[in-house]
Amino acid sequence: MRFARSLIHRLWLPVALVAIWFLFSWLGLISPLLLPSPVDVVRSGFELLGNGELARHVAVSLTRVLQGFALAAVLGISLGAAIGLSPAFDKSVDWVLQTLKPIPPIGWFPLVVLWFGIGEVSKVFIIFLGAFFPILINVVDGIRQTDHRHVELARVHEIGWWRFLTWVIIPGSLPSTFTGLRIGMGFAWTCVVAAELIAAEAGIGYLIVDARQTFHPDVLLVGILTIGILGTVMDAGLRQLDRRLIRWKQPFRGGA
Amino acid sequence: MLSQLISSSKRMLDVAARPFQSGTSPAPVVTTQGTLTVSHCDKSFLIGDQLTPILRDVSLTVEAGQFLCVVGGSGCGKSTLLRVIAGLETAERGSVALGDQVVTKPGLDRGVVFQEHRLLPWLNVWQNIDFGLSQSVRSGRDRIIADHIRLVGLEGFEMLHPGQLSGGMAQRAGLARALVNHPRVLLLDEPFGALDALTRWQMQTELLRIWEAERATMILVTHDIDEAIYLADQIIVLGGRPGNVRQRFQVELPRPRDRGASGFAELRREIWDAIFLKDDGDTSSFERERLLAELVAESHAT
Ligand SMILES: Nc1ncnc2c1ncn2[C@@H]1O[C@H](COP(=O)(O)OP(=O)(O)OP(=O)(O)O)[C@@H](O)[C@H]1O
Ligand SMILES: [Mg+2]
Repeated sequence: MRFARSLIHRLWLPVALVAIWFLFSWLGLISPLLLPSPVDVVRSGFELLGNGELARHVAVSLTRVLQGFALAAVLGISLGAAIGLSPAFDKSVDWVLQTLKPIPPIGWFPLVVLWFGIGEVSKVFIIFLGAFFPILINVVDGIRQTDHRHVELARVHEIGWWRFLTWVIIPGSLPSTFTGLRIGMGFAWTCVVAAELIAAEAGIGYLIVDARQTFHPDVLLVGILTIGILGTVMDAGLRQLDRRLIRWKQPFRGGA
Repeated sequence: MLSQLISSSKRMLDVAARPFQSGTSPAPVVTTQGTLTVSHCDKSFLIGDQLTPILRDVSLTVEAGQFLCVVGGSGCGKSTLLRVIAGLETAERGSVALGDQVVTKPGLDRGVVFQEHRLLPWLNVWQNIDFGLSQSVRSGRDRIIADHIRLVGLEGFEMLHPGQLSGGMAQRAGLARALVNHPRVLLLDEPFGALDALTRWQMQTELLRIWEAERATMILVTHDIDEAIYLADQIIVLGGRPGNVRQRFQVELPRPRDRGASGFAELRREIWDAIFLKDDGDTSSFERERLLAELVAESHAT
């Protein structure tokens, strides 16, 4: 009963949206060239699934995202840890990072293409740039949030540096780190599409551009929806991991 | 009404309590092994851009194995005094010594129980105590941890996280952690202040049992006068701004103490009197009324 209620809560809006969409195209209120009927979109979605086209493009994009994201996670976490733990290192890199941070990743693209060509490297690099700063900032933030009362506790118990790092700083900064990873993943996904829109021969962004150029708005919509769904799935995966690792924190879920 | 209360209580002479002369010179220090001495300590804090004295010329002596309680109004520097003894703050003048060792920084010879349990939320009870146990202890850690969990009566709750503990249980875990290195001195800053009256009584009884088992020197800060009388061998009344020792009481009632006994009640009045002693006119009558109301309400609650 409760499950059914919660399902209704979740379902009514998407169902209503699709219904309105369907109604509009069915009544002929919108040209199918601008917005094809959901039936057409679903049909072409199955077609793309059947002939493996969609899987191929998704695989290409996913590979790029995972490469860029992994690089950003490794560098973001290690550099963030260094900044958070060493005031000297923090000061040394502060101005450089502050200057680089506001540059939108896509703004680097022309320069990156100049350096690395249009190949995989430049796309992975853009994704890396997109994911890197949110991860870095949140890792530093997490370390900075270390409770001074826990620092005192450690002094009273003569806790060594390594033990303090592994028992206090790392678990304490884990929630913030995960926030960074989730935001970073979101940015990585946005960046891959943007980069593929500009220059690519495969990938979900390329699928969209290609569909527009060949007048296949149904394929275009399949591509857009796929981006949304995959982004959600990846975020849900990270959230699961987050919940599993950080059991001690009770999230506020709104309501009473 | 206030003045009546004070003057009437002043008239009473208590056989159980022998207040020392309050003042700046401490009792002559006999430095035996394990005696904790605080001599002529001053401490100030920068509040805003003003260096505000918090403690002035505070001295006290606690012999090894003795139970000292520090009482006093809010903000008179009780926690600060405890932090100076713990080595978390450094006094500008004067010194703290444990035996013949001068205290300059925190150390395992002084355990601390904080007002809030201060357990690490991501560790369970067992791990929290493990965290507190000195890393120089290499063998038999499990046994030591289990012993201390038993000591505070938390068997069966080892795997619970702080978020799953009641206030009393969390304070027990904090107590076990503070005791796990067998400190010579245990410093407790209003450890039961956040507990309900019933749990507080229970914890007080348990603390006495643990004290008798561990034979550590205890210094407990409280604003609950009854708690102080129930527990202490010696009570120090801190007061004024900057805070100094107003009066010292030796409690010689036999344990376990009866909170309803006449000796208990008389000592309670004496200590009230000491807390509201108007020695330098720095406490406004309004402030005193407020504090008294607070204390009366509290002693009725317990
Ligand atoms: N780190 C600090 N920096 C500045 N001022 C401080 C600091 N710690 C304490 N103080 C000031 O010192 C005074 C005494 O504080 P303390 O915590 O020792 O009081 P207390 O007697 O323990 O009070 P309570 O009963 O409310 O706990 C307060 O006025 C407080 O503002
Ligand atoms: Mg205090």
